[in-house]
Amino acid sequence: MSTALERLGGVYLLPVLLAALAFVAIGSASTWTTLTVAGLAMGMMIFLMASGLSLIFGLMDVLNFGHSAFVSFGAFVAASVLAALSSWVSGGSALLNIVALLAAIGAATAFGAAGGWFFERVIVKPVYRDHLRQILITMGALIVAEQLILAVWGGAPIAVPRPAVLTGSIVIGDVPIEIYRIFAFLLGLAVYVAMYMILNNTRVGLLIRAGVENREMVEALGFRIDRLFIAVFMAGSALAAMGGAMWAGYQGLITPAIGPEMMILVFIVVIIGGLGSIQGSLLGAILVGLVANYVAFLAPKLSLASNMLLMMAILLWRPWGLKPAVRG
Amino acid sequence: MTQSPEPLLVLDDIHTDIGQYHVLHGVSLDVPAGGVHVLLGRNGAGKTTTLRTIMGLWRAQRGRIVFRGREIQALATPDIARLGIAYVPENMGIFGGLTVEENMRLATAAGTFDTERLARIHALFPAMKQFWTRQAHALSGGQKQMLAISRAIVEKRDLILIDEPTKGLAPAIIRNMIAAFREISDETTILLVEQNFYFASSLGRGVAVIEDGRIIHSGSMAGLAADPDLQTRLLSLSMAEAH
Amino acid sequence: MAVASTTDTPVSAATGPRRVPVGRLAVYAVVAIIGFCLAFAPFLFPDVRAQEVAARICVFIVLVASYDLLIGYTGIVSFAHTMFFGLGAYGTAIALKSMGPGFDAILLGGSAGVLAAFVLAVLIGLLSLRVKAIFFAMVTLAAASVMMVLASQLSDFTGGEDGMTYQVPRLFSPAFKLVEDADGKVARLFGVPLNGKIALYYAVFLSSFLLFAAMLRIVASPLGSVLMAIRENEMRAEAIGYRVVAYRTAIFCIAAVIAALAGVLRAVWLKYVGPDVVLSFAIMIDILLMVVIGGMGTIYGAVIGVVVMSLAQFYLKDLMEAGAEATAALPLIPHLLEPDRWLLWLGVLFILLVYFFPAGIAGTLMAKGGKKR
Repeated sequence: MSTALERLGGVYLLPVLLAALAFVAIGSASTWTTLTVAGLAMGMMIFLMASGLSLIFGLMDVLNFGHSAFVSFGAFVAASVLAALSSWVSGGSALLNIVALLAAIGAATAFGAAGGWFFERVIVKPVYRDHLRQILITMGALIVAEQLILAVWGGAPIAVPRPAVLTGSIVIGDVPIEIYRIFAFLLGLAVYVAMYMILNNTRVGLLIRAGVENREMVEALGFRIDRLFIAVFMAGSALAAMGGAMWAGYQGLITPAIGPEMMILVFIVVIIGGLGSIQGSLLGAILVGLVANYVAFLAPKLSLASNMLLMMAILLWRPWGLKPAVRG
Repeated sequence: MTQSPEPLLVLDDIHTDIGQYHVLHGVSLDVPAGGVHVLLGRNGAGKTTTLRTIMGLWRAQRGRIVFRGREIQALATPDIARLGIAYVPENMGIFGGLTVEENMRLATAAGTFDTERLARIHALFPAMKQFWTRQAHALSGGQKQMLAISRAIVEKRDLILIDEPTKGLAPAIIRNMIAAFREISDETTILLVEQNFYFASSLGRGVAVIEDGRIIHSGSMAGLAADPDLQTRLLSLSMAEAH
Repeated sequence: MAVASTTDTPVSAATGPRRVPVGRLAVYAVVAIIGFCLAFAPFLFPDVRAQEVAARICVFIVLVASYDLLIGYTGIVSFAHTMFFGLGAYGTAIALKSMGPGFDAILLGGSAGVLAAFVLAVLIGLLSLRVKAIFFAMVTLAAASVMMVLASQLSDFTGGEDGMTYQVPRLFSPAFKLVEDADGKVARLFGVPLNGKIALYYAVFLSSFLLFAAMLRIVASPLGSVLMAIRENEMRAEAIGYRVVAYRTAIFCIAAVIAALAGVLRAVWLKYVGPDVVLSFAIMIDILLMVVIGGMGTIYGAVIGVVVMSLAQFYLKDLMEAGAEATAALPLIPHLLEPDRWLLWLGVLFILLVYFFPAGIAGTLMAKGGKKR
């Protein structure tokens, strides 16, 4: 890539380029706007799920195949909370709507954090640095988690009530835009900004960035990276659960398959973005979200394969992903 | 090494395995407080392993490591570091994505600089001041080494373990480095792993030679420098060529 | 210092005084007994269900052993093994469906499936075996899931979610008289009719046997030793001059081809393919469980793992059924003990196994009272 392009934003231009290409292919401005907004919203929700996984890997070389269990748990916990508060959810009071929504997202996130703590201590810690057993054990944990979800919530689809404030659309120009999508986008953006600020402006953030590059050296400088890692693991799991909760509200109907479905997208995002960087995760997530929506409209048959093709193309171009913090 | 009533660091019959390889076969070494002490040896003799074992990055299967009268072989790396030991690995351990400033700040216990000390470091290595806000991966090899050493002395340490600082550096920079090390060693003991005998002999007070995971000689650097026969016998080819 | 960190896989090491390899002999004995049972399964267990199980065990031994080539001998974790299995099965099925029941269809379709598996394996291998094991695991997982989606979406070819049924050559149909008696009826041996079903079983059994033997040969060959050297210490192997990526890609392709061949056998036996029986993620999990339970890096472990898992799938369910009934009055617990939740307990068992017996049954036995390799 030439330096001029690099200065303009380098790989960050990819989503813009993609959107421009899609505009030509779609031809209709209003359809394009709807799809783009949907893609951005979807991308932000996937970003929530993927960023934690990427950081966890970057910091400790641990790839948690059970990560998607937190997405599922988040979705189901949120659905249960919303169902329990159904009178607040469907009621006319915007305040109660929002309280119910925050309760659902909060419960999911808290559950994710607690589950993350348990997972890190019990499942992952005994197999640090042993990749083979790590993959096997986290896979085993994923099986157990999915079965627990089946045991608790059953296998039938569960409807997720959407708070009244977030239903419907606002019309900009002649294009209706779903409020929920705007909300999802803004929430994802807020999380990204918060993560960015923490990573770049705090001491903990400095330690995390250093740890992603060279874990051993951070320890040799006198810092307990394992404690840092628990915190990152919990935060990552909590974000995955938050993403799951948001996704549940977006879909309106969830099944236990939500975890495995999202896991594939999350993996593709992490592979595309490069391991260990939240910028990479955001870029990958936006690309995946946009491609999924554009292709679903232009060539529905190709929709899931499209993300796979995107991944293959990017791997051929950059084997370590677009913005890796760690290589190899 | 040189005689001293109470060594700063004692290694007593250290055995270290890496995977299935038995690398250290009973290393015993005294490092007295003050000055530069050099650990010489060929590639693969166990120099790096010795430093990493002191730092707790690899575990000794057997033996004791005593620092300031306290056994440290069972401590975790961060706890060892907090006792006042700094480590500069062979690859320098620079965080390339972080700025020079961030690299240095990370090495402070509280995240704040002692301005007077920082000024001294900047005087010692002007490049650090010049590239203060630059990302570290953009530095040259010599500058990276300076950063690694600056980072090790950003707060007072009792002992600095440095692994082959001259590797791949130009002679002019090496001379620069010698001056810096002299100054640092006024307040801090340095245990230096080297292959470059010129560099080692112009700095070292004490010297130990390691071969196949055992210390085969230890004494004063002056003694070794004055005895070419001993040099040839101990250091053979790989060392001599660095003149 | 050029000493790489080594992954301490449990199947290595273990030195000590030379003793009678009791454990090793025990493994051989168990495998021999299983082999004997499979060889005479139609006569030993004449009911239809048992034959289904026996045939499934044969095919899965091949499938799991080929996976062991990757995970146990090379340290590669792939989640695309069912994809290759499915390619072989679907290739055969599509040809049988469109060309009619004939050996030419099996040959052509099977070859096409195996070739597709080979080409995909080369692509995936060259593209991503350069990078970390974990990255490879993710890439294969993504590839496998896309294949699943394709199989369910291209329903014109694949029958979609429902899969498809088809005829197999007449020789393999139950109505075919393999041996006729004087009256022109199908002859019986020990009361078992010698019909096409028997022919089919033995075709599956013998093919599986040959493939298994081939894998034993591969592991004992120089290629096998190189792979193990790479697993033990990649950097060292590279330093000695082995082209690690080339070897890894090679074994990945071999494993893929064998898995695809196992798929062909499965398709011919079942006369049906669908995502659930040849492509689903559940099968991938089965393979993982089997190889870990049996013992990674032993090949023989595959035999034990497959048999133990297959039996457990029946008995664990019965046990849980009883447990669920006994605890019906309690909250949640009966849900956890429902027979459908058997995977839950298998998952727990799996985690415990990886913690405490990472060498699996065969590996643990072989390490006992015997010199290794």
